[in-house]
Amino acid sequence: MTDILMPALSPTMTEGKLSRWLKKEGDTVTAGDVIAEIETDKATMEVEAVDEGTLTKILVPEGTEGVAVNTPIAQLNGAANGVQGGANGKHALAPDTTKPETASSGVVQTGKESDAAKPPAAAKSKGTQTPARPEARPVSAEEAKFYDKTVSKTVREALRDAMAEEMRRDPSVFLMGEEVAEYNGAYKVSQGLLDEFGAQRIIDTPITEQGFAGLGVGAAFNGLKPIVEFMTWNFAMQAIDQIVNSAAKTQYMSGGQMGCSIVFRGPNGVASRVGAQHSQDYASWYAHVPGLYVLAPYSAADAKGLLKSAIRDPNPVVFLEHELLYGTAFDVPVDENFVVPIGKARIARQGTHVTITAYSRMVGMALVAAEELAKEGIEAEVIDLRTIRPLDVETITNSVKKTNRLVSCEEGWPFAGIGSEMAALAMEHFFDDLDAPVARVYGVDVPLPYAANLEKLALPQVEHIIEAVKKVSYR
Amino acid sequence: MAKAAEKSDPKAGATPSGGVEPSHNLLRKFYRDMLMIRRFEERAGQLYGMGLIGGFCHLYLGQEAVVVGTPATLKEGDSVITAYRDHGHMLACGMDPKGVMAELTGRATGYSKGKGGSMHMFSREKNFFGGHGIVGAQVPLGTGLAFAHKYKKDGLLSVTSCGDGAVNQGQVYESFNMAALWKLPVLYVIENNKYGMGTSQERASAGELHQRGAAYGIPGKVVDGMDVLAVYKAAIEATEYVRNNGPMILEMKTYRYRGHSMSDPGKYRSKEEVEDMRKHHDPIELLKSKMIEQKLADEAQLKEIDQEIRAIVVEAADYAQQSPEPDPKELWTDVMVEA
Repeated sequence: MTDILMPALSPTMTEGKLSRWLKKEGDTVTAGDVIAEIETDKATMEVEAVDEGTLTKILVPEGTEGVAVNTPIAQLNGAANGVQGGANGKHALAPDTTKPETASSGVVQTGKESDAAKPPAAAKSKGTQTPARPEARPVSAEEAKFYDKTVSKTVREALRDAMAEEMRRDPSVFLMGEEVAEYNGAYKVSQGLLDEFGAQRIIDTPITEQGFAGLGVGAAFNGLKPIVEFMTWNFAMQAIDQIVNSAAKTQYMSGGQMGCSIVFRGPNGVASRVGAQHSQDYASWYAHVPGLYVLAPYSAADAKGLLKSAIRDPNPVVFLEHELLYGTAFDVPVDENFVVPIGKARIARQGTHVTITAYSRMVGMALVAAEELAKEGIEAEVIDLRTIRPLDVETITNSVKKTNRLVSCEEGWPFAGIGSEMAALAMEHFFDDLDAPVARVYGVDVPLPYAANLEKLALPQVEHIIEAVKKVSYR
Repeated sequence: MAKAAEKSDPKAGATPSGGVEPSHNLLRKFYRDMLMIRRFEERAGQLYGMGLIGGFCHLYLGQEAVVVGTPATLKEGDSVITAYRDHGHMLACGMDPKGVMAELTGRATGYSKGKGGSMHMFSREKNFFGGHGIVGAQVPLGTGLAFAHKYKKDGLLSVTSCGDGAVNQGQVYESFNMAALWKLPVLYVIENNKYGMGTSQERASAGELHQRGAAYGIPGKVVDGMDVLAVYKAAIEATEYVRNNGPMILEMKTYRYRGHSMSDPGKYRSKEEVEDMRKHHDPIELLKSKMIEQKLADEAQLKEIDQEIRAIVVEAADYAQQSPEPDPKELWTDVMVEA
């Protein structure tokens, strides 16, 4: 008798819904038979049997939501060795493809030999996973007033709502990218948009980043407002010439005649176990370029409010999302007039002893670190930068004038990174207010490794933030 | 707009649909517009030599027929985009020679207020979308212009030009694919002047350039780009095809008399080759002899045009030298559009 375990069907999946059993108790299965359908936060996937035998018992009834990866879902009576479902995804390119990934994360967590029949702890406790969401608070009075009435939405839903609302408002807004239409988005961000807006405005492109990025810029020159989705920002390296040389510079080169109202968006930063070419933070790359706005929200409310601002803005905007945040829910204002201004940071947590700046997923880590530090009597002020370019120097300066200490956090590499910019800001704006040198938390200066232990070592963790805060606090 | 620009309105001589033979007036206009580019570029070369124009400066001398034959077949609102050998395109679009020359000298009165230079000029008014410095990058941009025309259902098209060097860039084919897939109204003009900088087409490109769209179902034609009437006739057919069916390629066989840019010593081709083209295939001389032969103009009339053009170019050069440099405050303007 062997257990069939809930499979991980994407690099970031921790749980899923067992939507349908295709075999019933007593059925004979052979390897390759589709036994069940599982709905992840990205797609509905088929699970295939790996071994032969008789399905003796179904442990998780269909329709059950939130089934953790590696939970036994059924029992098989057969001559099996390892028993794990394989995924039968139909999409060959999305990062969430067809990896019959066994629960290696649990192995890493416990340090024991793999024993597939005996499920290890849920993958949720994995070190690189996004920490639990602390309270996110808005910053200004104009923003605050919208928080009277909120609804819980994931970042994914918030991004979709932002696009849908802006498309209803302005017929010149359209979305293009790989798998955005019929597939409903490689990460389900554009789910339902094709149904509402049709194929003329939700446009599946070939896999041709440089081509469709340039095409989008040309369409923007000619009066449209494109939203160009990159399946991930890693693939936008193919298109960086069009973003920098065409989108960012033409307004200036034309003496103000040829603005380019366009949003380039997609997931940025690390995912989970996807290796060096799919895990990189591009914030400092694009923030280097005059002519671009660079946004990197953390909360769903900011994701929605900033994306709406980005779409309305007459300038090219690089909008950096985070795959590991897509499924995280936050309170989002209901009012469709809610927008977040570009260029304004948000004090995510007030404190008096040290200032921590972070953006995107690192904000969550900074908030967790701040709570830990509070137990030791250090009250950290966490600034969610939200906009990387133009940086809200005023908010950072005011905070450091109060705390006299600054720790910068990013997933990206240290050289010429956002932390380097913070250190330079300190020299230029509040050097005399500092009681300690600026400390930087960043991704280790290597291409991101695949092995779970090495990946964890390469990425900034909550403990690194705590360590850095203690260092600047001389504790 | 200067008087000169008004006179060279590219749409002025458009033939009524159905008529392929250009009218008498249109021939004179072709002659005049080609001569304008010729004299303008000669003067630009001179100003470069005097140190008044800096950086890269890619002259259009020899290729005049390519850009002059096409605009007459366009509708008001059609978009035009090209790479960095762009002065001829701008003049053919009806942009003011004074504004173009002033941009070349980096003055406040230039089309980009002196911030763009030779390779980066634009005109919203004339639907000229630049003026782009990265080889091949204008091809997706021009395809995007066509995408917008289709999206807006305005019945307009985009003329997207590139050189024989650019057609080996991957993004050109990414564009061809999308243009064919979505039937975008884009006319791709390959200006084959035989050399991508110092490398001849034979040494850089396999196969025939007009066939480069064949795999995508994009028809292509070879045109004698030294004969403005051939260009005009091909463009009439092509623009009609593009408006109704989607993308098409015209490969214009042409020749540049000067180097790739001003600093090019031109060692990759013989003096005899250049001389032969100038003597036997010059687009302006070709049209001139045709007009005289067919008694559509006499020497005196053409000389009159010549004198008029010279005056306009002298005026543009003076204007470009006398205009002030941009105000230092302009350093910081136009980076972002004020929301």
